Amino acid sequence: MKKYVRGLAIVSVLTLAVAACGSKPTDNASGGSANKDFKACMVSDSGGFDDKSFNQTSYEGFQAAIKAKGLTEVKAESKSDNDYPTNMTAMVNAKCKVIVAVGFKLEDATDKAATANPDIKFAIVDSAPAKPIANVKPLLFNTAQAAFQGGYLAAAMTKTGKVGTFGGIKIPPVTIYMDGFAEGVRYYNKQKSKNVQVLGWDDAKQTGLFTGDFEDKAKGQNTGQNLITQGADIIFPVAGPSGLGGLQAAKASNGKVNAIWVDTDGCVSAAEYCSVLISSVNKGMDVAVQDAVTSVVDNKYDSKQFVGTLENGGTSLAPFHEFDGKVPAEVKTELDQIKADIISGKITIASKAQPAAS
Amino acid sequence: MSTDTTTEPEKAAPVPAKEPQRSGLPSWAIQGLVSLSAIVLALVVGAILIIIGDDQVKAAVSYFGAAPMDTFSAAFSAVGEAYKALAAGAIGGVTPITESLTQATPLICGGLAVSLAFRTGLFNIGAQGQLIIGAILAAWVGFAWHLPPGLHLILAVIAGLVGGAIWGGVVGLLKARTGAHEVIVTIMLNYVAIYLLQWLLTTTTFKRPGRTDPISPIVDANAQYPQFGSTRLHVGFLLALLAAAFVWWLLNRSTVGFELRAVGANADASRTAGMSVGKAYFIAMLVAGALAGLAGTQQVLGTDLPLTDGVAASVGFDAITVALLGRGTPLGTVLAGLLFGALNAGGLQMQLETQTPLTLTTVLQAVIVLFVAAPALVRSVFRFLPKERGAGTVLAKGWNG
Repeated sequence: MKKYVRGLAIVSVLTLAVAACGSKPTDNASGGSANKDFKACMVSDSGGFDDKSFNQTSYEGFQAAIKAKGLTEVKAESKSDNDYPTNMTAMVNAKCKVIVAVGFKLEDATDKAATANPDIKFAIVDSAPAKPIANVKPLLFNTAQAAFQGGYLAAAMTKTGKVGTFGGIKIPPVTIYMDGFAEGVRYYNKQKSKNVQVLGWDDAKQTGLFTGDFEDKAKGQNTGQNLITQGADIIFPVAGPSGLGGLQAAKASNGKVNAIWVDTDGCVSAAEYCSVLISSVNKGMDVAVQDAVTSVVDNKYDSKQFVGTLENGGTSLAPFHEFDGKVPAEVKTELDQIKADIISGKITIASKAQPAAS
Repeated sequence: MSTDTTTEPEKAAPVPAKEPQRSGLPSWAIQGLVSLSAIVLALVVGAILIIIGDDQVKAAVSYFGAAPMDTFSAAFSAVGEAYKALAAGAIGGVTPITESLTQATPLICGGLAVSLAFRTGLFNIGAQGQLIIGAILAAWVGFAWHLPPGLHLILAVIAGLVGGAIWGGVVGLLKARTGAHEVIVTIMLNYVAIYLLQWLLTTTTFKRPGRTDPISPIVDANAQYPQFGSTRLHVGFLLALLAAAFVWWLLNRSTVGFELRAVGANADASRTAGMSVGKAYFIAMLVAGALAGLAGTQQVLGTDLPLTDGVAASVGFDAITVALLGRGTPLGTVLAGLLFGALNAGGLQMQLETQTPLTLTTVLQAVIVLFVAAPALVRSVFRFLPKERGAGTVLAKGWNG
């Protein structure tokens, strides 16, 4: 009995000690309380809000809207595909005014909830209902446009004449980047009569290198190393956290190999690899989500599909950061010209993964 | 009842501070007590995590010296609210209960697939792969064929069973014929299954018309398990219970089952006794695969879920923990499946109400199994628990099989 009490005492002391250690500055999320009754809600897909990829980026935009408008936040993370209908129903029951769903896997659950609850506004990232629904706003991104710039930049910067790319899983939000990248390289070859090769993706045949998931960093590193061994000196990993392994491989080359990151500015989201990042291809999910949520608060919501483009800033090439001095001014001018030409329609991108124009 | 001598009446057995080494309790009761204690311990661990993660507690700790009671009240309310929401989401009403049962359904079938293999001395890590193949075939029959009600569902379910049985049977066959270790083979076949699924989803046969995403059409209404009222609970749950009854009958009442258990207990002795060990391995894996395939059908035919690369979620792996917690018995597996299903359903509610991360339920599940797998650890905390006789042998067998 004595032992028992002593054990209990030790446990409680430990609990206290641990709890005390766990104290860190709490961020007070209440920016304003203007719309405390307004519940904005978000459902993640099975990647979770901490996936360092589209769930996380969308969530950041969501939080920005919450803060700016002083809304009440309700979020539900999904652990598996089984959770989507449950989470969606829970959000409806929680009397959300706007519900943001992240990812194409939530399409069915979103469409069902939206049809049953015409008063609730919905937005869905990276997907669109088969037939437009009056209260579902699709948020799509034509990242092929900025990836095209990325491909051109890579082709202009390579010394070996070979650039490489690999994806996580062969799905349109991934291959769209690889398509744009390959087309950008081809455009460079045409303009400059060069022959820079793209390893890891054949956009005509739609075949290439994939790690098979978005989580395994070791696989990303192997795949990146594979490309480097074949002679690529610039790699373009499109595989979320798994792609970080590719950056690791580039960093291990001691300056011989560099990379271009995707989704967010890599110098911000993965700052430890900034020294090898020439640039990043941004996908403005945060801005799109923020705008969608804000529009509901301001009574300006419409269900017209949003397509992020170079023109509206929904996709863009991030700053060069440490490579600012290394990228020739000529190339920078050409990139700007490409942007203008894509916007004006002078350059057309062939990728079939592009969202249909609204 | 055993013949052990005990001076106390039976109901007085779980009295603290007695430290009996042996008791008159039957082994199932002891196992139940250990499992129950493991759950209690897991909830304590979970409570600590909740307290550490809670913002209000953190705030209160910063002025702990000034008002120590604030920290405790914040901690108590954080834990209390989280567990209250967990309980409400799991068993607080008709909808939560049906939700728990829905979540439990594939876990029970998957757990049975692992349990049955356990009892035959095989460690079936491949429930995930078997489930995926079952889901692929069931979904394909479900959306590509168009048949009258009843018939369509039956054929889709059979397709799922066959798919799982093939994937499991291959393992049994390899084990029986070549001695290939089932752990290695099942793990590898899991990869084959998931990559096969990913590839299939890029083909026009499986892709939903009008979509470029890797997602299949939803199966025809005729091929879906009928649902109970407006809940998500479907007939697949009854099938899971039937499957459990079948496994019980197979193991305890049939000649084949006797051979399976004999091989599981001692393969060499069984061989000497004239049983075909290879046949037992093959049959066990075949049936286990079919059970996992049944779980696959529950995923695609039960809850409106289309075929995606996440169709199996982590059911096949959770099934292993369910089987461990269920001690390899059909009844235990059903109970463990129900518990895990309830934790899953309650976790969603807990996340919603108190913003406690979903991963907490995963931690709870893991810790429960950890404690169950280490009864000595549980007994060191709860001294009153009697020792089990010959427990844990079933679970420890698998790797050496």
